[in-house]
Amino acid sequence: MKDTKVRLTRSDKTFYWVNDLFLIVAFLLVLYPLVYIISASLSDRVAVISGKVFLWPVDFSLEGYVAVFKDPRIMIGYGNTLFYTAAGTLINVVLTILAAYPLSRKTMVGRNVIMYIFAFTMLFHGGLIPNYLLIKNLGMIDTRWAMLLPAALSIWNVIIARTFYQTTISQELYEAAAMDGCSHFRFMWSIVLPLSKAITAVMVLFYGVFHWNSYFNAFLYLKSPDLFPLQIVLRDILVQNEIDPAIVTDAQQMQVKQGLAELLKYSIIIVASLPIWLVYPFVQKHFVKGVMIGSIKG
Amino acid sequence: MQASQQSDWIKKWRQMRLDYQLYVLVMLPVAWVVLFQYFPMYGLQLAFKDFKIMEGITGSPWTGIDHFIKFFHSHQFWTVLKNTIFISMYELLAGFPLPIILALALNATLRTRMKLTVQFVTYMPYFISTVVMVGMILQFLNPRIGIVNMLLGLVGLDAVNFMGEPGWFKHVYVWSGIWQTTGWGTIIYLAALAGVNPDLHEAATIDGANRLQRIRYVDLPGIMPTIVTLLILNSGNIMSIGFEKIFLMQNPLNIGSSEIITTYVYAVSLASSSPDYSYATAIGLFNSLINLILIMSVNQIAKKTGDTSLW
Repeated sequence: MKDTKVRLTRSDKTFYWVNDLFLIVAFLLVLYPLVYIISASLSDRVAVISGKVFLWPVDFSLEGYVAVFKDPRIMIGYGNTLFYTAAGTLINVVLTILAAYPLSRKTMVGRNVIMYIFAFTMLFHGGLIPNYLLIKNLGMIDTRWAMLLPAALSIWNVIIARTFYQTTISQELYEAAAMDGCSHFRFMWSIVLPLSKAITAVMVLFYGVFHWNSYFNAFLYLKSPDLFPLQIVLRDILVQNEIDPAIVTDAQQMQVKQGLAELLKYSIIIVASLPIWLVYPFVQKHFVKGVMIGSIKG
Repeated sequence: MQASQQSDWIKKWRQMRLDYQLYVLVMLPVAWVVLFQYFPMYGLQLAFKDFKIMEGITGSPWTGIDHFIKFFHSHQFWTVLKNTIFISMYELLAGFPLPIILALALNATLRTRMKLTVQFVTYMPYFISTVVMVGMILQFLNPRIGIVNMLLGLVGLDAVNFMGEPGWFKHVYVWSGIWQTTGWGTIIYLAALAGVNPDLHEAATIDGANRLQRIRYVDLPGIMPTIVTLLILNSGNIMSIGFEKIFLMQNPLNIGSSEIITTYVYAVSLASSSPDYSYATAIGLFNSLINLILIMSVNQIAKKTGDTSLW
């Protein structure tokens, strides 16, 4: 690669120029909406509603964020989401490892049958109504269980973890341990888990983001507002346009009220996405790793 | 013959006893799959029954394929089928090539820092939740205060009510999806590109190929198996497009072009004032069956024509 850099032909020079220009355009197209939302959330409500914000904050103000923290629904939703994400991810990771380790052992009789039973569910499933009736018959409607159990396992992630175990933990390693009297339980606990911290991290991230962002199970199964996760509150505010009147009471004129409501929307988008964006720079490489393991045929 | 078969079984049985802890471990996940995946499949019989809440799924009377016939004859059938297929195909045709192009460009650039920065930023939208994504769309496209209409106004164009005009729905859905997922979609191709043998590049350079020609004749063939596999995967999923996002983007004004099969299932059951669970189950089953047939046949075709297939 280095020598190409030293003497580029004229056609290659043009190519690299156009190529880099293309990358910059793609970069700006993705970046602009993100910058706009941050800037709008930090602007004055009048500037937001009269279309003065284009790139940077206009008449800097934190009013939108103050309004976000005044809305009790948002705070309750935040707390609930933290719980669903923590508890849900824990259940997910435990179940995924319990499934992936045995299925990664080539000597296990019947592992292909179990694998087939698992994989078929990725191609075909019962669908909305049978699932809803099941949750209803289990008595889980409007309980926190409805947020944890129906999504307790992702077969796709089982396949990723299994591929990882198959490639990193050799059969010889197990045989050597078994020779010394090590059981599968013990082997899994003291050898597999410490050796596969990377894949466990990937699982935590994939499942964690899933729980933080998901709204549909909550939308289907939850009725009580005090159980709602953040995404349901976001839907009410961003999509259904239901703004808590208490937040905008001190604003008298209609236009000011609407301005505050719009400002609140930009701020809440930032507040809801911030935790993931704060973690993202540090864990980007784990996410990428997960996708790459997933691309290897198991 | 008989004896060797018998000893084979004995061997397997010994191995199973040796590995009994593996079965203990896998028990819980298997129980979950049976309860939360296979039991709903058992519930699919509702599609052929007339569901009575008091009788339950098993006790309700059979009706044969009445619900399917009712669906095929309903005035909604062609609308939802057309919308489902059209939006999916549009998404596939517009969205599939872009990650490949972006990955080739990222792989080709000589500026490592720029490559890393572009990757970092273009991956980010992938982590935005569906609800926030739709909220952003609604804010940006707002006819009065949205930035898109403000910019249109700057160049002297009239404001467009994007979410209120049925004709715009598919474009908004597809291109917002492209914005969100193109960067993330490059990861898999970048991994494949990293695996392309550098000797091939060197040989091509000696033969006088420029960088563009090397993309065409070295990089692209190198990642072709990955492209084909992903194309199979994506075309098999035509019937299972993003229900959650479309559902949030629907409103009474655009419903004619935004109602797809899966949202229609919801509309006639849980969202309806006179819910028809059996009818909804039948429509959902119709959708899943087509999906299953699609993915199986696409895989068969891929197996016949090339050496790439999913299983």
